[in-house]
Amino acid sequence: MEIVPSQRTRTNTPNDSVSTLPLYRYAPQLEVRLEDFEVFAMDRLRVLKGISDALARGKRPEEMENLVRDLWKANMRHPEASEEVNKDIISHFVLRLVYCRTEDLRKWFLSMETALYRYRFLLRSSEAKRALMAEFDLPCKAISRTEFENVKEKLEQVARSFDQPLPTADAIFYKVPFEEVPELVAGRRVYIHKGHAYVAMHQVVSLVVTQFRSNLSKALILTNRKWTSTIREQERDRLTPIVEALSMSYLGPDYSQPKEFGEISIKDLDQLARSSFPLCMRHLFDKLREDHHLKHGGRMQLGLFLKGVGLRMEDALAFWKAEFSQKVGAERFDKEYAYSIRHNYGKEGKRTDYTPYSCQKIISLTPGVGDHHGCPYRHFSEENLSAALGRMGVGSRAMEDVLDKVRNRHYQLACTLTFEAVHGSSCDAGINHPNQYFSDSHKILQPKVEIVI
Amino acid sequence: MTKEESENGSDDMLIDGPKQGSVIPDGFNPNYLKVYYDGRHPGCDKSYFGRREFSFTLDNDIYLRFQSFNSESELENSIKEKCPSKIDIGPVYSVDPAKRHAYAQGGDNVFAPVERELIFDIDITDYDDVRYCCSGADVCLECWPLMTVAIKVIDTALRDDFGFDHILWVYSGRRGVHCWVCDGKARRLTNEQRGAIADYFRVYKGNENSNKKVSFPGPLHPFLVRSYTEVLREFFEEKLLLSQNLFSTEERYEKILSMIPDESVTSELRGKWQENRRSSNSKEDINFFRWEQLKNTLQSGKQKVQGLRRCVEEIVFAFTYPRLDMEVSKHRNHLLKAPFCVHPKTGRVCIPIDPKDCEEFDPTTVPTLSELLRELNTGDSRMDVDNEWEKTSLGKSIRFFRSSFLQPLLKSCKEEMESGYKAKIQQTKNSLSW
Repeated sequence: MEIVPSQRTRTNTPNDSVSTLPLYRYAPQLEVRLEDFEVFAMDRLRVLKGISDALARGKRPEEMENLVRDLWKANMRHPEASEEVNKDIISHFVLRLVYCRTEDLRKWFLSMETALYRYRFLLRSSEAKRALMAEFDLPCKAISRTEFENVKEKLEQVARSFDQPLPTADAIFYKVPFEEVPELVAGRRVYIHKGHAYVAMHQVVSLVVTQFRSNLSKALILTNRKWTSTIREQERDRLTPIVEALSMSYLGPDYSQPKEFGEISIKDLDQLARSSFPLCMRHLFDKLREDHHLKHGGRMQLGLFLKGVGLRMEDALAFWKAEFSQKVGAERFDKEYAYSIRHNYGKEGKRTDYTPYSCQKIISLTPGVGDHHGCPYRHFSEENLSAALGRMGVGSRAMEDVLDKVRNRHYQLACTLTFEAVHGSSCDAGINHPNQYFSDSHKILQPKVEIVI
Repeated sequence: MTKEESENGSDDMLIDGPKQGSVIPDGFNPNYLKVYYDGRHPGCDKSYFGRREFSFTLDNDIYLRFQSFNSESELENSIKEKCPSKIDIGPVYSVDPAKRHAYAQGGDNVFAPVERELIFDIDITDYDDVRYCCSGADVCLECWPLMTVAIKVIDTALRDDFGFDHILWVYSGRRGVHCWVCDGKARRLTNEQRGAIADYFRVYKGNENSNKKVSFPGPLHPFLVRSYTEVLREFFEEKLLLSQNLFSTEERYEKILSMIPDESVTSELRGKWQENRRSSNSKEDINFFRWEQLKNTLQSGKQKVQGLRRCVEEIVFAFTYPRLDMEVSKHRNHLLKAPFCVHPKTGRVCIPIDPKDCEEFDPTTVPTLSELLRELNTGDSRMDVDNEWEKTSLGKSIRFFRSSFLQPLLKSCKEEMESGYKAKIQQTKNSLSW
């Protein structure tokens, strides 16, 4: 891809868009105007951000399909089909530059592009799907009539378990090694026998998506290498500032480097937990005070949150030690738990400075026996949730609204309503990070004094 | 052709003389478990064993990670010298773990696991909310069958559904079981694929804050159907109901009632059971009786409430279905205790369990270190060191381990290696032709 200054006109010779759903295998041989570079990327970023928000709010697959169609139409359409394909390809490759640079960015981009590909694939016709499948290297074979008869009963059981229509006599099923369809296996959405999964036509998307994801993942690593070794320096006056600005604009702060460390001291914690912690962290904090222990998932979720809130490592060690010693003794704490706290602050091992979990991540966690992490709006029974919210000071009217959101699986909206009820003020941006909840709460409860000179 | 090192590789029975008396920490460790190649076949990878991570836990709780060895005898010597109380086995990495720091700065994580057995860890403490006979680290013959059932369900699925063959089940020494799936296909699984298998096995989702921990919104998947009809239902109705007295007190039956999301059903049953003393049929056990009543009540009320359709199955699964530790299985770099170690708290040896015979396994009669020492000391002192263990109570386990698991696995590894080598040769030949 060659970037040209604005005055030159573009010539188009796409080389990877046989179908209308490009595979992004090769960077296109096009000349791109500098201004288009940024604009195309921003438009695509709007689509990806829309997908990200929707996923965090727990939208169902049918809703996602419609959403993707609308988002694409609103941001990426062009009256001329070839122009649209160009924009599609160019914007993808520009964003690869933007999002290849750290592991967190790569992870986010990979998830969103894969989701985007998945729903765009689903929106295509059966014929188009078949054609697209041929472009991938898929190790699957359609099964014969005889084999179908042999496994029909099991296939029907699987279909019924998901309220899907039963396979008809002429249904096409593919037999594929189970390793190729991890999502279907994980959800028990396929019949598996002797290492092979029997995949229905409508599930074929899973095969395709897995490959897409794998290809893109490898490509991002390569892009990162090229970026660090040549591109960034070469383009330091032209593209690099644009690329860096693009990555900041939509993900928001990640709270990994709290602006004021040491602003929070241990003695404030109980008070702060009551006034400014979101329910998930309050629950963990209370359980820690009660049991003098938390399992690994809880230690990570709460520990990183406290780091983001501004608790210094020395204070964190003292805090956790004071609690855990009551259960396991000071010596065992030093031996078994202190290490991982230091690890969280980037002082051990890989020395990665871990970032506090966002709501999206927390909602995706599933607590098991003896665990207290995860999102309580998702996992608590209504009874327990009402009790917990009552303790936070949520009144009965607001409580109904919150529970209504929970029933519709809008966990972050439920938390936002809780925030509003507890603080008596509105939160327009919505809650999408526990540290955001905390800092917004802190702002309301501790207004800074302005010094007028 | 290739000689199997296993034949002469002794299980290092590290036993200090009887003068040591009490606790002698050591690992009875069949290290050749992990030595697949003897270095002589041209197709073998000489560096494989050297890239395997071991970890030792020493007596004063010192934990040594990233231990690696270039040969079986190096491993054996290190064990004898350090006398670890526990030995864990980790993955095979891309490079020798001892040299990992040289690669860490690469940024692309050149130091990473490349092969690792698919493993499972089942611990009976995860069932504390459904067993009344014991809690915590205790285990007895009333609740151990929960482990037996877990083995049956998972083992069948690993073989029939996933097509794995080389599966080793091991007693963890105190309160659970471990499973090692050693097929080449299994060793090469990515974290994502392992997570998928773990999720396929996951049914129980909950903790003390949610009431309904098992929920079947629709008819069951074939795997669950098979588990239910072949193992779980019979176990629940014929063993667990009785051994755990699931309905005998108000506290206990309330727990089951809380799994039924229909007030009218639960109050009807509660009504019957609160006034039970007079009307109970003394010949029939109260648990059976009440379970039948519960089933009848659920199945008779024409299912207006959606959630009732599979309530019976949900209850059975909640009590009996295997509860796996997801994290152990999902990550390739997770360490797991080696088979044949001695559990430091119980002294019991972590012996293999035959899945075909798992009902006969009794955790209370597993050989302990002190028993073995006694047996050795009273045995024929002229006997060859290599065969010392044959006369002890460990003999049976070791023979089983070798014949049922190790030999077939070695055979399959050799075949894989040979065919891979042949293919490579063929490829080179092809590339030369014009």
